[in-house]
Amino acid sequence: MTPEMKGFLLLTVVKLLAIFTITLISVAYLTLVERKVCAWMQYRLGPNRVGPNGWFQPLADGLKNILKEETFPADSNKILFVLAPALSLIPATMMSLVLPWAAPLPVDFDFSLPLIGRFVHHGLMPIAVADLPIGFLFVIAFGSMGVYGIALAGWSSNNKYSLLGGLRASAQMVSYEVAMSLSLIPVVLITGNVSFHEIIARQQAGLWFVLPLFLSFFMFMVSAFAETNRVPFDLPEAESELVAGYHTEYSAMKFSLFFIAEYANMITASAMMVVLFFGGWDLPGHWDEAGGLLQTLATGVVMFLKTFFFLFVFIWVRWTLPRFRYDQLMSLGWKVLMPIGLAYVMLVGLGIYGVDTLLSGSSPTVKMGVLFLLNLPLMFLVFLVLDRGRLVSGSAARRAPAPRVNAGVEEAA
Amino acid sequence: MTIGVKVLKRPEAEVSYVRAALKGMGLTFRKLFEPKVTMEYPEAKSTTDYTISPRWRGTHRMLTDEQGRSKCVACGLCPQICPANCIKLVPGEDEEGNRYPLIYEIDEFRCIFCGYCQEVCPEEAIHVGVHFENSEYSRDRFVYDLERLSSQTHSVSTLWDPTDPKGE
Repeated sequence: MTPEMKGFLLLTVVKLLAIFTITLISVAYLTLVERKVCAWMQYRLGPNRVGPNGWFQPLADGLKNILKEETFPADSNKILFVLAPALSLIPATMMSLVLPWAAPLPVDFDFSLPLIGRFVHHGLMPIAVADLPIGFLFVIAFGSMGVYGIALAGWSSNNKYSLLGGLRASAQMVSYEVAMSLSLIPVVLITGNVSFHEIIARQQAGLWFVLPLFLSFFMFMVSAFAETNRVPFDLPEAESELVAGYHTEYSAMKFSLFFIAEYANMITASAMMVVLFFGGWDLPGHWDEAGGLLQTLATGVVMFLKTFFFLFVFIWVRWTLPRFRYDQLMSLGWKVLMPIGLAYVMLVGLGIYGVDTLLSGSSPTVKMGVLFLLNLPLMFLVFLVLDRGRLVSGSAARRAPAPRVNAGVEEAA
Repeated sequence: MTIGVKVLKRPEAEVSYVRAALKGMGLTFRKLFEPKVTMEYPEAKSTTDYTISPRWRGTHRMLTDEQGRSKCVACGLCPQICPANCIKLVPGEDEEGNRYPLIYEIDEFRCIFCGYCQEVCPEEAIHVGVHFENSEYSRDRFVYDLERLSSQTHSVSTLWDPTDPKGE
């Protein structure tokens, strides 16, 4: 092994450990954030007993889950029953390893250790364990792996509720993968590349993609909610119908693994939204192109704040909106998001072609600004149709007295 | 509708889904910053918003006279009226012919806390109390004997008075 390879290996191992640990700690504290936010929205205080203000609650939860009894349902398929939580955890944690969490850090070292030899690294080190050239394709591919864990958990539990939950999850995730992938094609059209590195560079040069590609962002967000099985699309674990869905029969740490996987998926989905549509670790203006450690730290904080905002949106939506019905979920995925996605790909393609032909000399910011202006009527039209035209109904129509359904009952009283 | 049920009118045909969803999101976001109503129970047992009602019917209490003897005359009305059959009373009689309870036990597990025993008692001896924290480590500790009933110190509950239904 050459000294360069050893240096690369050393850095990769360090980054792997660091990012994996940070992901798991974030997952643990995300559960606390979720419980706190949900409590505050309901006039409650939330967990505040373990440690100061409940800060050690995730540790207590983890300890409890490790110490709890593991139960196996009768006639369950033991091997798959144990394998399923791992199958849903592994892809979930894998995804966070390819996302760029901060600006590349210049690392230069050249030292020797006894027995092992010489380590050399010169140049920029990307703050992602693997800065893959296939970028978000990797994330989408591993995102679809998660469905195996859930479907197997549902099947191997030998429980009708689990089975229904697993079936729902697999149908839902497979359906929404279509919409999710379609919503990302405009990003590829505008960047010409799928690597996160290039996507962020394009957004730094022009505008954040949320402006020129707002509908893509909207579709991606809806599909991300469905892919992570969160409210309003948490039908796989709809407790009013299916007890707890695919993890009904799971207890102790095996249940906890599903939980960790769900929250890790949330983190990945939020980070994807940030990287693909909100400029990743970029902030508007060019203050953050100084390079060096300071830039890496500052962009890391920016990335964290943006991701946290979308995690908060996940939680916020969960404790506000009711759950969809299953046929509504399916028709939203196939009859609304997919046609819109296909049409949008064509329109964005035409738009980019037109902008590139007509404004070939101007800066990327101007080109994306024009795309954004082209998008505005499109956005309005889509929401108008989705909302059956009620979005802009006059206030008089809104305030008109509704037909009194139970007028007779009230008069009797 | 005699009990004032609030009937919501839902003009579904006129409602905009997008506006309604955004309105709901705005509502929950505002609630994040509003004061919380949680009463942190073991530390705080009553707040300005919540105090336990004086008519709460909880753990029983046997009242005693000035000499520290229970007021009970073992008339047998409370075990007679008890719908849950949770009172065990064995009457005794001293040399002067005064009746007193030899055994008086209440099984708090069987009790449904209806308060009939307090209502029926001619001597105002047995009472239900404004008290609810009676957990124990074993089941047999829930059978309260006469001594334990007499040593309770919480306030007794005020029963509903039919001539003054609103307690004024």
